[in-house]
Amino acid sequence: MSVLLNRNTGRNIIMYSTEGGMNIEDVAHNTPHLIFKEEVDPSVGLQSFQARNIAFNLGLSGNAFKEMVKFVVALYNCYVQTDSAMFEINPLFKTSDDKIIAVDAKVTLDDNGLFRHPSYEALRDKMEEDPTEVEASENELNYVKLDGNVGCMVNGAGLAMATMDIIKLAGGDPANFLDVGGTANAARVEKAFRIILKDPNVKAILVNIFGGIVRCDRVAQGIVDAYKNIGEIKVPIIIRLQGTNAEEAKKIIDESGLKVYSAIQLKEAADLVAKVLA
Amino acid sequence: MSVLVNKQSKIIVQGFTGGEGTFHATQMIEFGTQVVGGVTPGKGGTTHLDRPVFNTVREAVKATGANVSIVFVPPAFAADAIMEAADAGIALIVAITEGIPTRDMIQVKEYLKDKNCRLIGPNCPGVITAGECKVGIMPGFVFKQGRVGIVSKSGTLTYEAADQVAKAGLGVSTAIGIGGDPIIGTTTREAIELFMNDPDTDGIVMIGEIGGSLEAEAANWIKNNGNKKPVVGFIAGQTAPPGRRMGHAGAIIGGADDTAAAKMKIMRECGITVCDSPADIGITMAKILAK
Repeated sequence: MSVLLNRNTGRNIIMYSTEGGMNIEDVAHNTPHLIFKEEVDPSVGLQSFQARNIAFNLGLSGNAFKEMVKFVVALYNCYVQTDSAMFEINPLFKTSDDKIIAVDAKVTLDDNGLFRHPSYEALRDKMEEDPTEVEASENELNYVKLDGNVGCMVNGAGLAMATMDIIKLAGGDPANFLDVGGTANAARVEKAFRIILKDPNVKAILVNIFGGIVRCDRVAQGIVDAYKNIGEIKVPIIIRLQGTNAEEAKKIIDESGLKVYSAIQLKEAADLVAKVLA
Repeated sequence: MSVLVNKQSKIIVQGFTGGEGTFHATQMIEFGTQVVGGVTPGKGGTTHLDRPVFNTVREAVKATGANVSIVFVPPAFAADAIMEAADAGIALIVAITEGIPTRDMIQVKEYLKDKNCRLIGPNCPGVITAGECKVGIMPGFVFKQGRVGIVSKSGTLTYEAADQVAKAGLGVSTAIGIGGDPIIGTTTREAIELFMNDPDTDGIVMIGEIGGSLEAEAANWIKNNGNKKPVVGFIAGQTAPPGRRMGHAGAIIGGADDTAAAKMKIMRECGITVCDSPADIGITMAKILAK
């Protein structure tokens, strides 16, 4: 039994099946009639009849039926009150004395709701997370470690994903996702470089910044300063700065004496990635 | 004439006196957008950036005749701000705020259902009609006037596309950043529909990303409505691993339909010209429109 958001309708659904323990996508594909759904109308919340529907569809009667109705209502309330993004209860047991027990569960919280639940922070076990990702998040960098050979540093999540795609098309594999956000100043750029360089698989780094309100020449100066602070960076770096003052930015990079490649068009940057990997 | 906003649009800024609101309102005014005032509860009666500040959206609408609102209110209070704008009769609400809890957005979506208004976002760069009106945080100069409509889930990719379109000798009618959250006010399909019906838009750039089914829905709509205008598409996240959130709250591969490959396939089947590389968006559109 799962509780999750139906993105198509913008409403929560309770999805359940008697075919537990298996890959739910296989069940959905092969035996769609064995997957049931109850969608919750947000103006009134989960209704009793919906909880009853679930208990009936699961073939329960008597005490077990009553227990299941209670369980479903409690489960849904818990999902809403905790600002969760997904509950996945698997397996869900009916015991021989008609009790309903969630034996195992996977819970995903809505990161955007965390501010309402300050107590959750104490439950976070950073040992379970990638240490570099923890360090990045403490520096407000949006970083996801991947297993490729070309690191990247980008402003904006969509452009960051697109940059990973460019790396792949150029013959490399992305080593990370990294969104430095709107304020790509020297301190952030330096931190981002240090985080990317922790990965020994990184053979090149592509910096892709579309300077909008942030001026490219400022970003370029930030990159030069960060580079000098770090000392020697052994892998080739391709810097693509486009947007406000892109030409001035390219000049700053080209005249800095750093061993980096600069580009303005995205296509040029892609070609440079292919070149340094060759 | 373009879509959603133009020279006649009258804009109020919710969260006017805060840091973000002040900065971007200034930029919008410099662009030439008619910013007629702002709302910050408790600061009504004062002026900010030479414009009146109101306590409520209702007062602001009554005094200024505003028909568009842009929301810079912090995440914890943003849902409330959107609903306040809808209640006050604002026709177009552009929510820039990133980080609104999904639980709040479920309520907002329900609340807006029978209101006569359109929500863009949240977690979006806003809407811009090139050379006329900017209601958002995008760099205005990138958007050269022209006849290509852009709809995108991503901010910087929108700027990238607009820039490429300009470099390819074309320009933009209107660009709509619909936002990267799991629940957003205006879908890809709805934005495409606006452009299909706009006499000043000849071609459409549609930029999506992993997660959800908005692109598939839009692609099917385009096909079922006879592919009236050429659409060039790109899906970010072809190399994204499953189960990991890639920056945007909605950018996560949950099932097989969420992947970039699945979306690109259905878009191609529906007659959309899909670029593998984000570097090819501009030239691809130019080639198609030159035919």
